[in-house]
Amino acid sequence: MSIRMEKPWQPLTIEQANNMPAHLGVFQISNAGYDVVYIGYAGGRSLWGLRGALQEQLAERGDGFNFRVEVNQQYLSRWEELLKIHKGDHGTVPPGNENHQPRRIGQLSLS
Amino acid sequence: MDLELSDEQRMLVEQVRRFVRQEVDPLEADLDPDASELSAEDHERLVGITTSMGLYQMDVPEEYGGAGLNVMTRTLLAMEMSQHRAGLYAPCFGTFGSMGLAQLYDANDDQKDRYLYPTLAGEKRGFFGLTEPSGGSDPARAIQTRAVQDGNDWVINGQKIFISGADRADFGLVFARTSPDKGRAGVTCFIIDTDMPGFHVRRIVHTLRSTHYATELQFEDLRVPSENILGQVDGGFGIANERLTRNRIPYAASCLGVAIRAQELAIDYVKIRETFGDLLATRQTIQNMIIDNELDIRTARWLTLAAAHKADQGEPFRTEAAMAKIAATEAGGRVVDRAMQIHGGYGVTKEFPFERWFREMRIRRIGEGPNEVQRLIIARDLIGGAFH
Repeated sequence: MSIRMEKPWQPLTIEQANNMPAHLGVFQISNAGYDVVYIGYAGGRSLWGLRGALQEQLAERGDGFNFRVEVNQQYLSRWEELLKIHKGDHGTVPPGNENHQPRRIGQLSLS
Repeated sequence: MDLELSDEQRMLVEQVRRFVRQEVDPLEADLDPDASELSAEDHERLVGITTSMGLYQMDVPEEYGGAGLNVMTRTLLAMEMSQHRAGLYAPCFGTFGSMGLAQLYDANDDQKDRYLYPTLAGEKRGFFGLTEPSGGSDPARAIQTRAVQDGNDWVINGQKIFISGADRADFGLVFARTSPDKGRAGVTCFIIDTDMPGFHVRRIVHTLRSTHYATELQFEDLRVPSENILGQVDGGFGIANERLTRNRIPYAASCLGVAIRAQELAIDYVKIRETFGDLLATRQTIQNMIIDNELDIRTARWLTLAAAHKADQGEPFRTEAAMAKIAATEAGGRVVDRAMQIHGGYGVTKEFPFERWFREMRIRRIGEGPNEVQRLIIARDLIGGAFH
């Protein structure tokens, strides 16, 4: 099983966001070029789970972005794992996570 | 055993209890229910408070600037520090400091300079690498990671699993087999730097805990100089075993802290929740749950404090620590389960801490040596090793 999130991207639209289940989980947001710009999670305090989180992302970013989600009860450790993978691939966290990341990210050997 | 607390112990317990209720609880209201980390600002502010209490770095020996508490006092405080949602695996979010890796107090001066002092100063983090895919409860036989001497270096190859904090660590203690035919007398402890070529954190191991995850490690021709051997070649088992035994007492105490808080919440709830026209507190079936909780808590507390007392007397406490570990982890699980049941549907929501405690408490019967192995230790001490 790959530790990367490899589901196909979907356009971040109000229709797509509204159709999301309200489960807990993690998500990635990409720009039009499919570069990941943010990795987030819908945690135990989220009012509408992944649906609410994507609605917030859409309201904040506007059109032209994509998303993919993963329903996951272990959303915090999965979120950290996705941040580590991104840091391993690109040397840094996505731009949207510069102010939203654990105090110390750590390393994974991805090869 | 005298269980009367001294004035100082009573004062410290009160201080820590107040700290948890006044400083930690309010912060948790705004954190994710599974969070194990405060913001840097909140962490720094709370460390300021624990420092002013004289309790920062409470696990560090006095000669290294710590509080110099005896095991009994430390155990009493552990029971207080875990009395919040994240308390089982992140008591007070680490704002009482970290002891680092206790084995480093026995390191040589050069190793202390490179690893112990930077750890105590918060500049470096370490991990403890013992368990392997082939097993964790019987490290003397299960360790298959090999270290082979090559000149002044040792070359390590193998795997570790369920290792906490390795992905964020600067160094680690890694136990490897150096004499294949010697069983427990053929294991050596190496201090490895995580930037050494051949050190790999292969994956996060996701578990019932959403934070404080474990990792899987791989060593591929990891070359370590002889200067990084902790203790003696083939002397690693004693280092590992001593740590495991010592840790069982605070491990038990933190389970008890959660159980005490769960019981407190349950008692508060039964006094306000009505069913069929009367309070839950009046229902005998509910009263029995509360009574069973209290029996579990008091029994486990007695065994845990007895182990702490024996450790403070400088007497062997392996059996007592094993009994405390069994009693507190099993009692803690039952108490949280009953408190959850008393709270009904709310008990399983993330609005209350029970669901997190329920998941994390389950791990406690396995961590730090499964309870079945603790029973083996007790039987060995009671009956004698010849029968095992």
